[in-house]
Parts: sequence; structure tokens; C-alpha cells
Amino acid sequence: MKSEIRLISGAMVMLALSTSALVVLPYLQVHDVPALPGLKPYSSTELRGREVYIANGCVYCHSQQPRAKAFAPDFARGWGRATVAADYAYDRPHLLGTMRTGPDLMNIGVRQPSQAWQLGHLYQPRAFVPGSIMPSYPYLFELKARAEKNEVVVNLPAEFVPAGQVVVARPEAMDLVAYLLSLDRSYPVIAAPAASGPGAPR
Amino acid sequence: MNTVAILLSAFVLSFVALLVFIWSQRTGLFDRSGRGAEVIFAPQEIGRIEEPAATHAERGALQGAADAAADGQGLAPDTDELDARERADASTGPVVFFFYCCAIVWLLVASAAGLTASIKLHEPDWMVQQAWLTFGRIRTIHLNAVAYGWAPMAGLGTALFVIPRLLKTPLLGARFAFVGAVLWNAALIAGLGSIGAGISDGLEWLEIPWQIDTLFALGGALIGMPLVFTLVNRRVDHLYVSVWYMACALFWLPVLFIVAKMPGLHQGVQQAAMNWWFGHNVLGLFYTPLALASVYYFLPKVIGRPIQSYNLSLLGFWGLAFFYGQVGGHHLIGGPVPEWMVTLSIVQSMMMIIPVAAFTVNQYQTLQGRLAALRWSPTLRFIGVGGLMYTASSVQGSFEALRSVNAVTHFTHYTVAHAHLGLYGFVSFVFFGAMYFVMPRITAREWPYPWLITAHFWLVSGGFALYFLSLTTGGWLQGQAMLDAARPFMDSVAVTLPYLKGRSIGGAFMVIGHLVFAAHFMLMVTNVGPQRDQPALFRHLFARKATP
Repeated sequence: MKSEIRLISGAMVMLALSTSALVVLPYLQVHDVPALPGLKPYSSTELRGREVYIANGCVYCHSQQPRAKAFAPDFARGWGRATVAADYAYDRPHLLGTMRTGPDLMNIGVRQPSQAWQLGHLYQPRAFVPGSIMPSYPYLFELKARAEKNEVVVNLPAEFVPAGQVVVARPEAMDLVAYLLSLDRSYPVIAAPAASGPGAPR
Repeated sequence: MNTVAILLSAFVLSFVALLVFIWSQRTGLFDRSGRGAEVIFAPQEIGRIEEPAATHAERGALQGAADAAADGQGLAPDTDELDARERADASTGPVVFFFYCCAIVWLLVASAAGLTASIKLHEPDWMVQQAWLTFGRIRTIHLNAVAYGWAPMAGLGTALFVIPRLLKTPLLGARFAFVGAVLWNAALIAGLGSIGAGISDGLEWLEIPWQIDTLFALGGALIGMPLVFTLVNRRVDHLYVSVWYMACALFWLPVLFIVAKMPGLHQGVQQAAMNWWFGHNVLGLFYTPLALASVYYFLPKVIGRPIQSYNLSLLGFWGLAFFYGQVGGHHLIGGPVPEWMVTLSIVQSMMMIIPVAAFTVNQYQTLQGRLAALRWSPTLRFIGVGGLMYTASSVQGSFEALRSVNAVTHFTHYTVAHAHLGLYGFVSFVFFGAMYFVMPRITAREWPYPWLITAHFWLVSGGFALYFLSLTTGGWLQGQAMLDAARPFMDSVAVTLPYLKGRSIGGAFMVIGHLVFAAHFMLMVTNVGPQRDQPALFRHLFARKATP
């Protein structure tokens, strides 16, 4: 090969093909999919919590993409139905994830809707799930002698709290839990048929 | 947008692209002569080994092995050509040295972060008080220190050394590369700092905030400039296969990076597709070509024999350029992305077997009859293992993309093991080998303690074998546990624990190997250690050449 112009133009054509297949066409096809009626935009608290989720790298162990029943038993594990593009209409950045060192979290707000459980589990996962290898996140909490009026005290088994102190959730922990509880893709993808249609119950 | 329009546009696009491609390549591609493979040698030089990392005795044995295989006739290489090569080496010395110093610092940073992350997976309450040390951040620091520190610094440093040699032209504008590398490293320090502080763009491989990435883009452009200048002012007619890979990698990366980091452009599922287009292409169209280019240069150079089939290397190159770009969708099999995209990526992943086979057959044929050289040449030992790992990781990757295999391995540590087979077993091994070759040439000193090279090799090889086998087994068992709805999820965690510990032990050996390498590098640079009788310089290699 003798001409660098031909070499580089050939190489860029190859990259253009790749870009059109994996960037441009998906952009045309799914970038502007409208949200399903059951999906609400994140509140500002939830968005702050989402930033905490990103900052601490939750995505490296938790996916947000249950797969179809034919493919894997994600549904049977309670992780929810297979998601569709419209379920991610408000996700910037996307957090689909590629690892399941921990379970999928697309519907964690449905599966484990207790704020108290979520806070305690973040403080010390092994207090709630024996054998868990999730890191504990003590830096999202504070140890105090007594909680202030508006603070949320984390309920934990006695052996996980130093004597004479209480564990209080920092705002980051409260935001993160608000985000986790908002994760709910349990609404239907296909609207139920109108009641007046043929075969509808009278 | 409907399916017909998509298919139609894909068709039109491919057709136009094919026409442009055929125009651009209509000569050269099927050039049947093997002359191109010989451009890395001076006239009469074929048959002469070049291995600056070996001791004098090893070089003798290596030359003996080359002579025994007996197509070496040229014992009196053209001195003008060798002078030109020496000038090319001299022009790159300082800048390559700077790149390599940065590479080694990042290798150590990445090793420390990686080992910490690995231990945290089985000791989840270890070092949890500091936010920057949490698994999610230290793991990301590890990845970015490798992806934007060690691998590009070592790879681009090697490219800066090799390209002037291949073009028989001194490097022009080395100071641009120097300034570029300073900016690049400043950006990486800022980037790792922001990841540690919890400021992240949130996409795997693209975590560093885009504001900092503008600095990377500027630095990268400056690093690329001397290579382009040298290419344009070259003195050779023929572009050797290593030049294709290196030049194209330099043009591919900016497009990938700018498209991926464009703020506000991507969202939702479309962003996920883009994410893996980038994530896989930065491997396939940046690190891989830089490392393959190094193999194509150093392997024939060390043993003094041109690449066997130059046409196979053409097939390997264009096959990689075409197929590799489209495989990224296999990271989203079963996900909420368009089904056609996933299928396309699976098909192209399998097609990758073609360029990989072309590369493998070619390297094997070149080495055939010279396998003894592996014993005598440290460069060849690292590069040989690296080349073999390229084949292994690529074939593994192709099969991993199949839906049936992917159902087990996706979302598990198996994928992590595979990623390390590519970026460590292949890319890093090749760069280790390249650095062992290049350093004596640019510092005019020999490696002071050859046994440290051996120690480095066996520590990282043994450590990595343990790392890979542990994590592959653990990941496979994890995937099987997750696929079995009758088993609770926690089974898939518990089953991996012994293997995660095995990975940490293997990783620790790799880290020790890197410390040995870094220490040896320091000793060489500071000129500590025995004065060897034969510095690995040309004028000593080729006794007939008049010393200036």
C-alpha cells in the first residue's frame, strides 16, 4: 500500500459504517421514543439520588435491564418484565449496566419499597442480607449521640450500632433511597384493550 | 422511523461505502508480491536479528538460531540505511522516553487500584470509610488509569518510536507530542481526581467529565501531529503494515471520542448502544491496532525474517477495520435495544474470526522453525505470548457473543476475565515486549539485570494465568447459578467467593511483576547496576560499520 490518503479514507469509511450501524440508526430509531403513560419523570430529589448512584458506581454491579422470560429467569426472580426503550425515556445518562454482581434494580422500588430497609441495607448490607458482598457505605451516614429533630434514624440490629450512638442518614443517603424507591417499571407496556371493544366484559 | 426506511438507508449507505472503498483500495490490496514485508529491513539485513533487550550471549544464541534456519545471507547490511535508522531512533528518544515514564507511573497506579478493587469484592467491609476508596470508584479509577494512562502512553510511545523507523525519516515536530502528552496526563490526573470525588459522566469507559475530555482531545491531536508530519515527509514509498494500523488508530480514536462525548446528544437506550459502540471500538480500533502494529514490527525484526504472507496481513487489517467496528451491540444481548442491531453485532463478532485467523497463521508461519528464538529474546517472549493471547481473546470473544453462551456469561465475572485477556494478556504483554526492545535503543544502555526481565515475565504470566482461570471459572458458575430460577440469587454470589480470592492472589503476583518492571526501569534510567560489556547499539551489532 502506497497512498496514505487511500489508506485513511478507506479506514474512515469502515468507521462510518460502524457509526451508522451502532450510533446513527439507533439514534433515528429509539432516541425520541416517548415515555409510556405509566412512567413519571424523576423528581429533583430522585435526580439528586441518581447522581449519588452514579458517583458511587452502583452501575458496576447492578444492571437495570430485566430480560425476557424466554432468555433468562429475570422475571421469576422478581426483577420485573423485560424492559423496552420507552422505559428509559428520562434516563440521562443511561444506567443499563453490564454486571450482576448484585441483583438487577430496575424495579427495586416495587420489590423492596421500605425506606427503612433501604437505609439500613446501605449502611450495612450484611445486617440484612447474610453473605452479601456489597460494600457498606458508612460515609453516607453519621454517628451521633442523639438525632436532631428532622433527621432520620436508621434502624439496625443492635450489634451493628456502637453503644450509646445512633446512625443518622445524610442527605445523600436520603436522596439515593428516594431514587431507588422511584425505580418502578411495573406498568404495562401495551395498553389494556378499551372496555367497549368486542369481547369486553359487560 | 419505520423499518423499510432503516433498511433502505442501511443499504444505500453500505453500497456507497463499498464503492468508495473499492475506489480507495483498487491498487495494492491484491498486490501479490511480498516485497512490502521487507521494507523493515535494510538491504542485505534479512537474516540479522535485532534484539537490544537480550544479553550479548543471548544475542549470539539468537543469531545462531536465525542462521540455523538459514535464509540469512545478508551479513553486511547497507550502512546508509542503518545510519538512517539510527537517526530515526535518535530523533524519537526523548519523547518516547517521556511517554514510557508516564506509562509506567500509570501502570503502577492502575495496579494498585485494581488490586484494591479486587480485594474489596471479597472483603466488603475493608476500607469503607473514604468515599473515593469505595468499590464503584476505585474500580473506575483502575479502568481509566489503564484505558487512558498505561495503554495509550505505552502504545503511542511505541508508535512514536516505530513510525520514524518504518518511514526511514526522523520524527518531525517531536515537541508537539511532548506538549500533547503533558496535556493528556494533566487531563488524566484531573479525570481520576473527579472520579474519586464522585464527579462522573456515568458511562462505562466514558466516566471522565466531558469538560476534562476537551483537554484529552487537544492533547491527543498534538500527539498525532508529529506522526502525520513524518508520514507526509516520508522517504519510503511503501507503507508497511504496522503503519496502516498505527495511522488508522490515530484517526479512528478522535472520531470515536468526539461522537461519544458530545454533551447532550445521547440519551436512554440509544445512549447505551452508543456506549458499547465506543467501549468496544476503543479496544478494537485503538489499543488492538497499536498492539498489532507492534507485533508486526518487532516479531520479524527480532528474528530477522520478513512476515511470511503480506497478503494475509492485508486481509487481517481490512477485516479488522470492517468487522470490529460493528461488534459493540453484543454487550446488550437480551437488552431493550433494537433486535437487528444485536443480531448484526453477533454476526460481525463471528466474522472477526477471519482477520484473527489471518493474523495468527501469518505470525505462526513467520516464527516457524525459529521457535528457539523465544528462549533467547525477552522482547519476543512477551510479544509472542501477547500475540497468542490476541488469538485466544478474540476467538473467546466471538463465541461469547453467541446468544447461547452469552446467556450464561453476560453480567458475570467471566466477561471481566475476557476483558483482561484482551487488554492485559494481549495488549499489555505486547507493550512490555516493545518497551524492552525500545528502551536500550533510546537510552543507549542495556537493561542492567536480565534476570529481572525473567522475573517480570514469570510473575505476570503466572499471576495472570491464575487471575484468568479463577475468574473465568467463577464467572461461568455464577452465570449458571443465575440462570437457574430454582436457586436463590445469593447462590450466584456465594459460588464466586473462592474464585474472587484466587483472582486477588493472581492480581497480587501481577502487581509484584509490575513493581519489578518499574524498579528495573528506574535502575536502567539512573544507570545503576553492572556495566555491561556490549551496549546494545548498532555500531557494536554491526562491527563493519565505521564509527563516526
